[in-house]
Amino acid sequence: MSITADTKRQSAPEEILVTGNQTFHSVSEAISRVVEAKTPRYWYLAISVTGAMTMLLLVSIGYLVWEGIGIWGLMIPVGWGFDITNFVFWVGIGHAGTLISAILFLMRQRWRTSINRFAEAMTLMAVMCALIFPGIHVGRIWVAYWLAPVPNQMGLWPNFRSPLLWDFFAVSTYFTASLLFWYVGLIPDLATLRDRTSKRVRKIILGVLSLGWRGGNRQWKHYELAYLILAGISTPLVLSVHSVVSTDFAVSIIPGWHTTIFPPYFVAGAIFSGFAMVLTLAILIRKIFELEDFITLRHLDRIAKIMLLTGMMVGYAYSIEFFMAWYSGNIYEAFTFINRATGPYSWAYWTMITCNVVVPQIFWSKKLRSSVPVLFIASILVNIGMWFERFVIIVSSLANDFLPANWAYYRPTIWEICTFVGSFGLFFTLFLLFVRFVPMIAMSEIKAVLPQANPHHHASEGSGHE
Amino acid sequence: MNNNTPAKIYGLLARFDNPGALLAAAEKFRDAGYTKFDCHSPFPIHGMDDAMGLKRSPVGWIAGLCALIGGSGGFALQWWAHAVAYPLNISGKPYFSFQAYVPVTFALAVLGGAFGSLFGMLILNRLPRPHHALFNSDAFTKFSDDAFLISIDGTDKQFHPDKSRRLLEETGALAIETVQE
Repeated sequence: MSITADTKRQSAPEEILVTGNQTFHSVSEAISRVVEAKTPRYWYLAISVTGAMTMLLLVSIGYLVWEGIGIWGLMIPVGWGFDITNFVFWVGIGHAGTLISAILFLMRQRWRTSINRFAEAMTLMAVMCALIFPGIHVGRIWVAYWLAPVPNQMGLWPNFRSPLLWDFFAVSTYFTASLLFWYVGLIPDLATLRDRTSKRVRKIILGVLSLGWRGGNRQWKHYELAYLILAGISTPLVLSVHSVVSTDFAVSIIPGWHTTIFPPYFVAGAIFSGFAMVLTLAILIRKIFELEDFITLRHLDRIAKIMLLTGMMVGYAYSIEFFMAWYSGNIYEAFTFINRATGPYSWAYWTMITCNVVVPQIFWSKKLRSSVPVLFIASILVNIGMWFERFVIIVSSLANDFLPANWAYYRPTIWEICTFVGSFGLFFTLFLLFVRFVPMIAMSEIKAVLPQANPHHHASEGSGHE
Repeated sequence: MNNNTPAKIYGLLARFDNPGALLAAAEKFRDAGYTKFDCHSPFPIHGMDDAMGLKRSPVGWIAGLCALIGGSGGFALQWWAHAVAYPLNISGKPYFSFQAYVPVTFALAVLGGAFGSLFGMLILNRLPRPHHALFNSDAFTKFSDDAFLISIDGTDKQFHPDKSRRLLEETGALAIETVQE
């Protein structure tokens, strides 16, 4: 029994992770080609669209700073609307990147090597989009730095006992740690690009960015351990960041927010939505850049399975919320949940249930998991559903709180919608820049998982040099 | 020692066919008492640390120390801000409420650890270093693509232009060249 298990474990590294009989050189070619070739016309077309959307974001923010947050539809009792919904939505998307790069690395899931680079890039870009919203929703943006513990002439210090401040530290740490992790992973690949180019300016820029990497084992030794440690310390971040985000709600007394299930529920939702975005991007990338040998159907299949699992965790959390609302005997809590399903925001609630609970059930079918168009549509539906989840949690709880006399119906204004659309513009603009200038698949890691990278591979075939 | 060589040389560079051959060559040089040689490859090769006789990297200690500094510094900052510099009564919560300090302490420990591992790695690797004698060799730049190379530093005690070259030949090097300083 144990012998069979051992043999299985030993044969696992020989599993084919990339197809097309790749050699080390063909890996460099296929991936570097994308950033070295002439900029394709559709790239300009795409970035002009996303660039225009980014301008919309900048204009919306500019007008917000000029006029104040009165341009948004927020009022009392709904003091948080699109702003915080978008913040939680974007932070959540980032989590899949960290899960892929850190947790799957520690678990030695070698298939992650094809998708970790762009998933990490997605994390960085999503967190950048996320950080905009709490930054601008404070109203007086020019004093947003008061969140940081900066010594000042007023002798004021931030209140570290507040979840909003925890959030500031959690998300900014998350961004910094993800950036360092991503950059460390990039160093060997930047060296590859540096050594391939003959253009002087390009060589100098890449030479500076790759820090003079020489790929000696004396360097790899420190590099590998540093990478492992970065993976190790990013792993708790997958769980902690969205847990802290959830305390923004859970620590308050609003019915529908004040529950202990929030941290794990938010983390599961974050991973669910993040993998949906990874799937959307992976399908686009492999098609457009002809990287089907690296991002295989098997990768898409595994992403779909993770989405099935996390989708059911989210569905479980939805039902437990209802159970607790009844079981607690708290009339406000019970009302909030019945109101979510049948009240003024029920359209948003049922959109959420359909997209997050019903849609992922199709992933039980192997056939549907192997169909790229089905996966693509499902991933977009899940993204929509997860945005509505945050909208439902935030807005429906606030709109109908303790005093019926206070009740109101929140509608976003055109400026909130423009800011939201603009944040997608920023996200995709950054992503287009990334795919144009940075190797979107980690070449050195892909080479390391090819069968011939194993030092005993050649010896076993009898072609060694001894 | 490198006697009567007119141009100053850095050392020798040899190319091997595959990771296994490089690993075997590293073992030969380790056993011959060389300490200043390096094995360059597009990706880290499993078992190479032992083959070269390298000790475990101390990056972990640096990262751990930085995480400790980040975490304890963060905790001290929160205690000082609330209990000493700016005691603010919010819903009667104690000024020194350490439970509430956990998230920020944790975040700053992670931040310290992340910077510690990056900069620890860079310092131990003597990076950034834009130029190195090895870049004078065109063959060397293939290391980041698909070449498996061994470089022997001319300042190694065991180094001898001819003897080291012969050892490289014995280990099955495909091509050997002398790298100029």
